[in-house]
Amino acid sequence: MDVLTDNFSTYGEGFLGTVELTVFASLLALALGFVMASFRVAPVGSLRAFGAAWVAVLRNTPLTLLFFAVLLGLPRFGLVLPFKVFAVLALGCYTSAFICEALRSGINTVPKGQGEAARSLGMTFGQTLSQVVLPQAFRSVIPPVGSTLIALAKNSAIAGAFSVTELLGTYKTLSELGYDIIWTFLWIALGYLIITLTISAVFTVLEKRWGVAR
Amino acid sequence: MTATAPADEATALYDIPGPRTRRRHRLYGVLSTAVLLGLLAWILYLLFDTDQFTHTKWTPFQYEGIQELLLRGLGNTLKAFAVAAVLSLALGALLATGRLSDHRPVRWLAALFVEFFRAMPVLVMIFFVFVALKVQPLPALVAGLTLYNGSVLAEVFRSGVNSVERGQREAAYALGMRKTQVMSYVLVPQAVRAMLPAIISQLVVALKDTSLGYLITYEEFLHAGKLIASNLDYDLPFIPVVMVISPIYIGMCMLLSWFAYWVSKRQRRSPKTEAVDVAPAEPGTLLPGGYPPGPPPHRGAQ
Repeated sequence: MDVLTDNFSTYGEGFLGTVELTVFASLLALALGFVMASFRVAPVGSLRAFGAAWVAVLRNTPLTLLFFAVLLGLPRFGLVLPFKVFAVLALGCYTSAFICEALRSGINTVPKGQGEAARSLGMTFGQTLSQVVLPQAFRSVIPPVGSTLIALAKNSAIAGAFSVTELLGTYKTLSELGYDIIWTFLWIALGYLIITLTISAVFTVLEKRWGVAR
Repeated sequence: MTATAPADEATALYDIPGPRTRRRHRLYGVLSTAVLLGLLAWILYLLFDTDQFTHTKWTPFQYEGIQELLLRGLGNTLKAFAVAAVLSLALGALLATGRLSDHRPVRWLAALFVEFFRAMPVLVMIFFVFVALKVQPLPALVAGLTLYNGSVLAEVFRSGVNSVERGQREAAYALGMRKTQVMSYVLVPQAVRAMLPAIISQLVVALKDTSLGYLITYEEFLHAGKLIASNLDYDLPFIPVVMVISPIYIGMCMLLSWFAYWVSKRQRRSPKTEAVDVAPAEPGTLLPGGYPPGPPPHRGAQ
C-alpha cells in the first residue's frame, strides 16, 4: 500500500501519460482508419489498392518494429519531434489499419437494397451515405472498434520502453527507489485494468444504446 | 491484398457505373495514381537526399558474421514463437476446459484468470516476469506471450464450442454419451475446425509480439538489427537495417495471415463445418464477455 501512497504523483503522471497517448492515438487511428476505409470502398482502383496495401502491411507489422522505425528512424530524415508525438503517430497508424477493416466490414454488412432504395428515392450520394449507409454501418462496428481501442490502450505500454512517460515506465523509477517490485507491478496492473475496463464499459453502453439487436 | 474491381459485386454505396461515371472514375484514378506516385518519389528523394544508399551503409550486409548475426536473431525469434505458440495452445485448451466446467468454482477461477490476463498489456506481464521474478529473457518472453495468448485462445475455443449447433450436443447426449465424450468426440472437433482461422490469426499476434523481446534484451531479430544499426564503422546504417529487417518480419506475418485466410475459405466450403459458423480470419476480440463469432464479414477480396 505504501508504494501507491508514497508515489502517488509518479503513478498519476504515468497514468495520465497512458490516458493521453490512448486518447490522441485513438483520435488519429479513427480519423485515418475512416479515410483508409473510404479508400478501400472507393470506385477508384488505385485508391483501393493503396488502402489494401496500407492495411495488409500495417496489420502484419510488429508494433515494436514500427516504434523502432518511427521513433529512431524518422529523426534521420531531419524530422525532429518530441517522442510523445512519434509514439502517437506509430500507435495511431498501426491501429488505423484495424479500424479501417472494422469500418469496411461494417459498411459491407449494409444490404445492397438499402442503397438502391435510397437512390431510387432520388437521394444523392452524400445523402445515401450520411442518412442510410453510415447510420446502419455504425451500429455494427461498435464492438470491433471498442475491441480495437482496448488493444490500442494496451499497446501504448510499448511507448514506455521508448522513454515516453506512461504507466508501465513508472516501474523503473520505483524500483530504483527500492520499493517492493511486486506491489509496484500490482498497482500498474490496476491502472491498466481501470483504463481497459473503462473503454469496454463505454462501448458496452454504446452497444446497448445503438447496437444491432443480436 | 488483391484490389480487383468489385464491379459485379456492388455495395450499397454505388450503382453500376454508366459510361460518363466510368470516364470520371478513370480521371480520378489517373489523378490519385499521380498523387501516390508523387508521394513515392518524394520518399525515394528523401532516402537519397539523406544518403541512405551509400556504399558504406550497405557493406555490413556482405559480411558473413553479420549475416550470421541476423540469421541467429531470426532463429531466436522463431524459437520464441514456436515455444510460445505450443504453450499458449495448451494453456488455452486448459482454460477453456475450466470455463466450460460443470463445477462453479472452477468456472469462476478460469474466468477470472482469463479476464485478468486479457485486460493486461502483454508487455506488463513480460516485464513483471523479467524484472520481479528475475528470469532469463527467453522464458520471460515466452511466459508473457503464453499467459496473454493462452487467455485469448481460451475464449476463442470456448466461443467455438458454444457456437456448435445445439442439436449436435443434444443428439450426443441422447445417444447416452458422457460429457467428456460429447466434448471430445462431437463438439471440440467441430469447434476447432470452425475456429482454426481465428486460432491461426491469434498465432500471428503471438509472432508479432515476439518482437517485444527486443525490449527485454532478448537477442531476437530486431535486437540483431539494432546491433548492426548502431555500428559507427558503417556510418550508422539504421535505415538500411530497417529496410532489410521489416520485409522479412512483415513477410513472415503476412504468410501466416494469408494461411489463416486460406484455411477460413477452405473450412467454409468443407461439409464438416455445416453445424457451426466458421470464424473469419481475425484474432480474438478483447471486449470482456466476448461476442459470438458473427457471420463472416469478409465477402469481398481481402
